[in-house]
Amino acid sequence: MSTKLANEPTAASAAEDRPILDVTNLKMYFPVKSSGLFRRTVGHVQAVDGVSFRVQPGQSLGLVGESGCGKSTTGRLITRLHEPTGGTIDFEGKDIAKVSAGKLKPLRRDIQMIFQDPYTSLNPRHTVGSIIGAPLAIHGIVPKSKILPRVQELLEIVGLNPEHYNRYPHEFSGGQRQRIGIARALTLQPKLLVADEPVSALDVSIQAQVINLLQELQDEFGIAFLFIAHDLAVVRHFCPEIAVMYLGKIVEIADRDTLYSRPHHPYTQALLSAVPDVKQAQVGGRRERIRLQGDVPSPINPPSGCRFRTRCPLAQEICARVEPPLLQIGPKHKVACHFPGELGQHPSKPVTPGLLGVDSTGLPDPAAGPAAELSVGSGYSDTWFDLANNTMGGKA
Amino acid sequence: MSSTLSALEGEQLPEPAEPDEGAAQKVAGKSPMRLAAERFRKDKLSMVSMVIVVIYLLMAILAPFMVKFGVIDPYTLNQDLLDANTLPKGDFGGISADHPLGIVPGTGWDLMSRLWYGITFSLAISLLATIVAMTLGVVLGIVAGFSRGWVDMLIGRAIDLTLSFPQTLMLLALSSLAVAFLTDYLHVPEGNIAQGLYVVLVLGLFGWPSIARIIRGQVLSIREREFVDAAQLLGASKLRIYFKELLPNLWAPVLVTFTLTMPAYISAEAALSYLGVSIKPPTPTLGNILRDSLLYAESDFVYFFAPAFLICIIVVSFNLLGDGLRDALDPKSSR
Repeated sequence: MSTKLANEPTAASAAEDRPILDVTNLKMYFPVKSSGLFRRTVGHVQAVDGVSFRVQPGQSLGLVGESGCGKSTTGRLITRLHEPTGGTIDFEGKDIAKVSAGKLKPLRRDIQMIFQDPYTSLNPRHTVGSIIGAPLAIHGIVPKSKILPRVQELLEIVGLNPEHYNRYPHEFSGGQRQRIGIARALTLQPKLLVADEPVSALDVSIQAQVINLLQELQDEFGIAFLFIAHDLAVVRHFCPEIAVMYLGKIVEIADRDTLYSRPHHPYTQALLSAVPDVKQAQVGGRRERIRLQGDVPSPINPPSGCRFRTRCPLAQEICARVEPPLLQIGPKHKVACHFPGELGQHPSKPVTPGLLGVDSTGLPDPAAGPAAELSVGSGYSDTWFDLANNTMGGKA
Repeated sequence: MSSTLSALEGEQLPEPAEPDEGAAQKVAGKSPMRLAAERFRKDKLSMVSMVIVVIYLLMAILAPFMVKFGVIDPYTLNQDLLDANTLPKGDFGGISADHPLGIVPGTGWDLMSRLWYGITFSLAISLLATIVAMTLGVVLGIVAGFSRGWVDMLIGRAIDLTLSFPQTLMLLALSSLAVAFLTDYLHVPEGNIAQGLYVVLVLGLFGWPSIARIIRGQVLSIREREFVDAAQLLGASKLRIYFKELLPNLWAPVLVTFTLTMPAYISAEAALSYLGVSIKPPTPTLGNILRDSLLYAESDFVYFFAPAFLICIIVVSFNLLGDGLRDALDPKSSR
């Protein structure tokens, strides 16, 4: 993969910009119906449960996590393929979470999606030209005669032969198909692209090409990305800021360097330890791997308190009783854990009881005083919880 | 559409990286339909049945002109060719150079002319009924498959209800009433047109549920593919998704269902004519010829055998054609 790193955040200036996408406490519960004549709702799959994040204009946020953690559902909520159960999706200052399907159409131009599987995301009965030209025809922004030149221009932008507009998708390889999908997403010149595992279905040599194409497009058109993936290396390459999801919640969110060099959540640490490391192979010997025991619990009936506690090596009583808040512990670093710390340096006592008004086992503690007002918002604040002395003392 | 477009693109290689090599090696783009057509052409039985079906269609279309120009003559009463018992003179139902299949006992009509002309009316009725049933079935099937919840349930219950109707009995019991309604209130010309229209409507209105079920099942699987999501994301209307995204992917089941519904309606029309509901003589249909011929099953074997054999050939050919199309359009389905 190329060594070019896209869009290093220009520290302060970018942070003060108004985010293009501001998601707060987003929830998606899918009802589980009983069988039989009267299909009562017997439970909910809590696919996404209180997710908050921001995407700055022209920037990209990576969303990683294992299968079934809700990252794709989050992407589909933002593109409003699903209507969220709760929370707000603030796009350019307008909440689109509850906008009716009819009023969504103008918004569709600004938020587009790149799909995971290029083999099912293109209609096999349409030519490439009509696939890429469909957005123009649907929105009626250009006269019919102008569609073809625009299609050919787009084909050229994504590195395909413009003469191939009248071919069918099955005549192209996976990587070429994904380029067609990207061209379709670009047709309406969106401001935000949700890329739902855009390279997972491609083989590795093609992955690099497509990622580089996406970076070029981002640089050229200033598109913001919500980049969903399970490949940590790809996300590290592409996204200056990364959120880690587990079972419908964000467990850690930080800028690239912090997350990869100093992760504070045991799940993030386990994820990162699973990535093969070439440097380690040079040194020889085996690297310490954190093996998580057991399976991901069912999102229909998630564990009480911290959702990760059933597989967490650090779990104590408090983890079962109280859910850890997504606590900001650095200038651009939030983590949801009662025992946040770098690998091997986790505190032996929970750091959160003082904030939550509980004692160290998670039981309500009148002596600890009322729970502090904890921000559940999406951005970062200027003050944060300082892990060195367990106070809200951190300052930029 | 596809064939003309793909003809234009013959110059290019599929790999855009090296378009220069394309000049020597011509690789034409093939649509899924063209690939299916190639598979179909390799299947001999299907090709034979398709030839028979095409001949049948051509004969049905040509028959009215043949009648007009006097090549065939289904209405002349050749009474001189009948004996005292009104049976045809000569062997095998009076086969002769003028009357290759003999003549009809009792009336003296030329049998070949009547069968030929009868094909036209059979085809007209079964084709119209198939179109009515297919249109209803495809549209309702797509809507039911794509919408979830109460729309799907409503259409599903309508399908169950229609299928549970004793339609043949209904059709017979209501025929005079419904035909009277058609002529009195809808001002359909009386007689055979009203009778034929009644058959078309009944076959069509009772035939859609099975088609809707097949289409709904297909839509259920197609709906989950990402290109449908992509279309929704682009802001496509429901109608666009139904007819531009889903329908083109349904051509295979639509075509197969069409070729399998046609023969069912050809024989259904024959059965109805036999029961006296459909078009009545002297206008010939395969069904009413068959009905009349039953009276002479012992005395004039050729007259009895010819219409039955013709119906059999047509229905079998259509069915084999439908099977062949299914194999060609869906190569993954096993026999």
